[in-house]
Amino acid sequence: MSIKLVFLGKLADLAGVSEREVDAPLDWGSLTEELDGALGDAVACGKIKVAVNGTVIPENSALAASDGDEVALLPPVSGG
Amino acid sequence: MNDVRLLDSALVPEAALARFGQDHPAAGGIASFVGKVRPDDGVEALELSHYPPLTLPGMVALATQALARWPLDGLLIHHRVGIMQPGEPIVLVAAAARHRRDAFEAAEFAMDHLKSDAWFWKRELRAGTWHWIEPRAHDHADLKRWK
Repeated sequence: MSIKLVFLGKLADLAGVSEREVDAPLDWGSLTEELDGALGDAVACGKIKVAVNGTVIPENSALAASDGDEVALLPPVSGG
Repeated sequence: MNDVRLLDSALVPEAALARFGQDHPAAGGIASFVGKVRPDDGVEALELSHYPPLTLPGMVALATQALARWPLDGLLIHHRVGIMQPGEPIVLVAAAARHRRDAFEAAEFAMDHLKSDAWFWKRELRAGTWHWIEPRAHDHADLKRWK
């Protein structure tokens, strides 16, 4: 029973990995609890967007991921 | 009609533009823009990362939006990902249209959105250390022109 968390941009550096597995189910509260230190701070900063299975969700607080889902944490884009 | 790609190896604008011209023989004109890795501030390399479920679909949606807004024969967006050296092409946008103004505007619209509203993350190698590039306010101001 797990969810794939994907870290993009500088979040991947802070996490030390580009992805990791976490237990399902996952909401915004359990996600921010799961991530500690500088990574947790960066994710909680209010500028991060969240995509579930390739779709950006309108509000991070609406995150409700279940087994098999892919949750991506997207910092502000720096442009092409 | 649209040709939208992410490339993980060298982008050759001349070859892509020649093909695009052949694909749109009825266009009255083609406006194109090539963006390159700017050789300044001791930048040794640039790395662009992307997220496959969002990045290319977002670029395809951008091309569709441009096509709905201007009467175009076609729009080309080729964008690099991966590690690039200063002076290397990073993006090519080309718009084929019957009239020049539509082609210029559509190409600029696509570039402004790619610079600030596309799913890319960029870092630079300076003095042997990678630095993440933060969003620039100027790019967001450019985007507002099209609202």
